[in-house]
Amino acid sequence: MTVTPVNENTVMVYLADHTSPETADQIAALLPILRSQLGHYLIDLVPSYTSILISFDLMAIGLRDFTQQLKQLLHEAKQQQHQHSPSPLIELPVYYGPEVALDADELCRHTGLDFEQIIDIHASTLYRVYAIGFAPGFAYLGNTDPRLHIARKQTPRAKVPAGSLALADQQTAIYPKASPGGWQIIGRTPVELIDYQRENLTLFEMGAQVRFTPISRAKFIELGGIITAEEAALAAGRTQADTSSGDMRREHRIREVA
Amino acid sequence: MSLTVFTPGPLSLLQDLGRHGHQHIGVSPGGPMDEHAFLWANRLLDNPIHAAQIEIAMGQFSCQFHAETTITLTGADMAAKLNQQPISPWQSFSVRAGDQLTLRGSQHGIRAYLAVKDGFVVTPVLNSCATVMRDNLGGPDTQGRKLTAQDSLRYNPTPAQPLRRVPRQFIPEYGQDVTLEVIPGYQYEQFAPEQRQRFFSHSYTVTPQIDRMGYRLAGEAITCQTTSLISEGIALGAIQIPADGQPIILMRDRQTIGGYPKIGCLTASSLSKLAQCQPGAQIRFVEKDLYQAEAERMIEHHFFHSYVGKKRAAAILNQALTT
Repeated sequence: MTVTPVNENTVMVYLADHTSPETADQIAALLPILRSQLGHYLIDLVPSYTSILISFDLMAIGLRDFTQQLKQLLHEAKQQQHQHSPSPLIELPVYYGPEVALDADELCRHTGLDFEQIIDIHASTLYRVYAIGFAPGFAYLGNTDPRLHIARKQTPRAKVPAGSLALADQQTAIYPKASPGGWQIIGRTPVELIDYQRENLTLFEMGAQVRFTPISRAKFIELGGIITAEEAALAAGRTQADTSSGDMRREHRIREVA
Repeated sequence: MSLTVFTPGPLSLLQDLGRHGHQHIGVSPGGPMDEHAFLWANRLLDNPIHAAQIEIAMGQFSCQFHAETTITLTGADMAAKLNQQPISPWQSFSVRAGDQLTLRGSQHGIRAYLAVKDGFVVTPVLNSCATVMRDNLGGPDTQGRKLTAQDSLRYNPTPAQPLRRVPRQFIPEYGQDVTLEVIPGYQYEQFAPEQRQRFFSHSYTVTPQIDRMGYRLAGEAITCQTTSLISEGIALGAIQIPADGQPIILMRDRQTIGGYPKIGCLTASSLSKLAQCQPGAQIRFVEKDLYQAEAERMIEHHFFHSYVGKKRAAAILNQALTT
């Protein structure tokens, strides 16, 4: 573990040199300790895969003193590492249907799998929140099954619909709001992932476990999910044009669980 | 009572000192690009240090006041006129109901700050009204919108205040030849000595790709021994070196995490200077001792906080008593 200053009132804590569930746990456990012990100095904490960036108020404490207190605290926390509380489990319903799985065809081509196999693999993996960033509430979840590893799109989409479930490299994520984005889209959740009026702004937190539950189109709509007429028409067009891919069968196989 | 925007110009935004404490869920802090000018605008009015102002980029802004107050203009000189009379920035002015303020373009610097006594009254989101358009947060509608014609911004009317001006030695000159201070950090050690030397011995040009998120520079490409990095928190002023070797300096609306190597951070005061640079400006970097930078920053903080110290303490006490 290293602690190193990066500007007048910001220090970086590096906890490991590669990503792992253990490191995610360690970071998740440290955050409340830092908040409770150093809270009166803190401006922002930015946890990521293997590090925590910490900015503090120079009106309250100087860089040397802060760094010293931080090191002491991290040392103490290390002694008590066995006291981890288990990571919370977040279950999110996802509709993997043709109207919303915008990159299903590309993913099938790339992996050589049927889309229903892809859904099975994706929904049977338990993910961890390794980092939150890019946009408010955008959680990087890892790792995906090696069979689903796929590069970002060559040309990013100008607008990825809100709630889109996506894949890139070894990770999966949901776009909380509509935004430009280059990840491969395979489904959509009806759950609102960021809400500035809510006490806990986002459902995600560092280190949390996340599982996706496939739901039917009807359930998706019932839970408040939106499929535009244009999306429905486009999907219908794709199904007609492609008689061999078994899109109908695919839709059939989506289990209703949630 | 309020001010009505007649013409907003290309980019006029409500800003306070930023939305802090939410970067762990990916919320960018926002805040004034030129913090130095922002802090002076509030100080001239005895305002709380974080009172909301209008950040006017590239001028072309005009408005009408509907109640008596005192205003300040700081930052770039945009040939401002109050009721057709030319006025100079870095000082305060009394305004009465019906007065009109117009700003044109600027020759030096690109951002001006307009403050009113006690600040604009804006509904905050996550304790701040700082506008971050990319996150759809803050601003007049809480949804991250920039100012548009006919926007009405509330303020509390106040009787005339003593008028003040910023001492000459604190008024920066916004040139196109700028030296910026760099605190070595992050992956600094992973840049070979000759790469660091190249970075500090050449000048870089500010490109047209500049916004509140980052400033792209062009010049001698430098390379880092580490090309792929695990994404990590990005501090204010971080100097990112992507694969093409051209520096990007991360500003107020930066993403919270990123995976490009960084050679260090600009000092906060250098960041304010950079925020006034136009495309084409020539930038030179010099190394700055971390603790020297910290000391200067601390002195600046105490200077701007102390002025409203007593009032602030009273406000905090008052708040504590009412909650």
